[in-house]
Amino acid sequence: MLYRTAGQFKTSYQADQALFPVKQDAFLLGVILLLAWVILPMVASEFVFQALLIPVLIFSLAALGLNILTGFAGQLSLGTGAFMGVGAYACYKMVSIFPEMNLIVAILLSGFFSAAIGVAFGIPSLRIKGFYLAIATLAAQFFLVWLFEKWAWLYNYNASGAIQVPNLDIFGIFVSGPQAASITEYYVVLFVVSLLTMVCINLTRGTLGRTWKATRDMDIAAELIGINLMKSKLTAFAISSYIVGVAGALYVFLWKGAAEPNAFDIPLSFQVLFIAIIGGLGSVLGNYLGAILIVGLPVVLNLVPNALGISINSAMVEHLNVMIVGGLIVFFLIVEPHGLNQLWRLIREKLIIWPFPH
Amino acid sequence: MKDTAGYVTADGRQIGGTLMEMRNITLKFGGVTAISDISFDIHEGEIRAIIGPNGAGKSSMLNIISGFYTPTIGEVWYKGEKRPPMKPFEVARMGVARTFQNIALFEGMTVLDNVMTGRLTHMKSSILSQALWYGKAQQEEMENREIVEKVIDFLEIQRIRKTPVGRLPYGLKKRVELARALAAEPSILLLDEPMAGMNVEEKEDMSRFILDVNDEFGTTICLIEHDMGVVMDLSDRVVVMDYGKKIGDGTPQEVRADQAVIDAYLGVPHE
Repeated sequence: MLYRTAGQFKTSYQADQALFPVKQDAFLLGVILLLAWVILPMVASEFVFQALLIPVLIFSLAALGLNILTGFAGQLSLGTGAFMGVGAYACYKMVSIFPEMNLIVAILLSGFFSAAIGVAFGIPSLRIKGFYLAIATLAAQFFLVWLFEKWAWLYNYNASGAIQVPNLDIFGIFVSGPQAASITEYYVVLFVVSLLTMVCINLTRGTLGRTWKATRDMDIAAELIGINLMKSKLTAFAISSYIVGVAGALYVFLWKGAAEPNAFDIPLSFQVLFIAIIGGLGSVLGNYLGAILIVGLPVVLNLVPNALGISINSAMVEHLNVMIVGGLIVFFLIVEPHGLNQLWRLIREKLIIWPFPH
Repeated sequence: MKDTAGYVTADGRQIGGTLMEMRNITLKFGGVTAISDISFDIHEGEIRAIIGPNGAGKSSMLNIISGFYTPTIGEVWYKGEKRPPMKPFEVARMGVARTFQNIALFEGMTVLDNVMTGRLTHMKSSILSQALWYGKAQQEEMENREIVEKVIDFLEIQRIRKTPVGRLPYGLKKRVELARALAAEPSILLLDEPMAGMNVEEKEDMSRFILDVNDEFGTTICLIEHDMGVVMDLSDRVVVMDYGKKIGDGTPQEVRADQAVIDAYLGVPHE
């Protein structure tokens, strides 16, 4: 009943191809945006910012980037972590060389470096597909992490071998480094993530999105109807790596504050891949749902025993946590193999026709 | 080019000059010769059929026309010019569209999106414009949507335009595939067994659509088909192939009377 679409007539193709052809969707998004931009920052504590809001947003963005490549263009990649690293190191070098640079500009520029590297490692995709391509991107993963470790120029010859985020300000307000307030960091992340999500939605529903999906679904047919496969695959690698790189820069500059090369190792790639798969390949919304589940849920579960007044030692909580989250992942994949996004889509379809069964 | 003059068909339609000409095409895969020394032409506005028993090399011929295979020997002439070796997507951009023997739709996309992919060769907005969904990208989207909707109307698939292709029955998929090819507004439309696996009713529908397309848009059509009744009724001229060689070429009546063609289909008694 809440989702009734009767009476919403469309009289132009423009209206039919609008972002939200159904009014309720637009309303729902409005509520979510209000929540994210106004209500949550007002009520959130330091802990909620650092443990929940900021990481969920950053991981959503990274998964969104991977989803462009794997979900929309159908090119499997296991190198996400390393591409995030490229973005982070590029951003670090930029703010070291030009300390006056606006951090948001530096973050948005750092994506171009990972895009270039992504395209270079995407070249094998012109010949190989599926698992074989995944192995090729795995090479990128190992090579780049090795490079972060060995190329001292990248971390300004620090004795520790790690990159340390300096205090940076925009118009006198510290946005990164130890002196920055969580709420400022949150708003910077939210701004960048909102902007890039908008870009992704537009790209995936337009010409480029169709080119990608055609390449994913049947590459031979795509080529015979006039799609340049090389261009299609490499633009997917470029845009995906750009977004992943920006997510990497955010990850270090606005969340972690410091990072060693092994922070970008394969567990990070897998974490992002899990978010994309559980959220739903080939969707935008799914990445957020997946990130909430994989990043947010463990944090919340950690709080449960305390909130209930049960005293278990923290190691035990950690173990239980891993088991519960693992179990939930399996559960969700059995219930809906196409991810949380598909689950939401089915619920929405049901709501539209409710109270009738079909 | 030789023989650029048109002709008038039996039912009184005026056919234009030569649009495409295959000259001495030979195609070899290693030691196997799939097509040997075949020449024929396709006139503007006609319905040209290629027939022949299984394994005669018909699909290979269609793949040469659409640029998927490059002939080992021989030339393809298109719109009065010799076509240099090119990639399939480049051939498609020159106005050659096709459907496939085994449906090759994009299963994860809706009917509308599938048909819209047929317009991709006409869309040229920049990535930036697309990213902001502003200016040229949006305008282009609307213009092409209008053309696509005309095709959807024409093929009577309005009802299913928002349905994912994976959920459609076979006959409708074939029609959507035709829609995708038509949306490209091709100069020449290649149909690889458009009636394969259809029942009589669906065949009738498809035949009507093929004739309508030819009649209304003046699209040149080159088709491969096994159903002889359909071929004889639809086509203006027929090429007959057997074991990679051309054994007949002419109007359906001429081909039907040709002894070599009859032998190829019915067999020759061994003495």
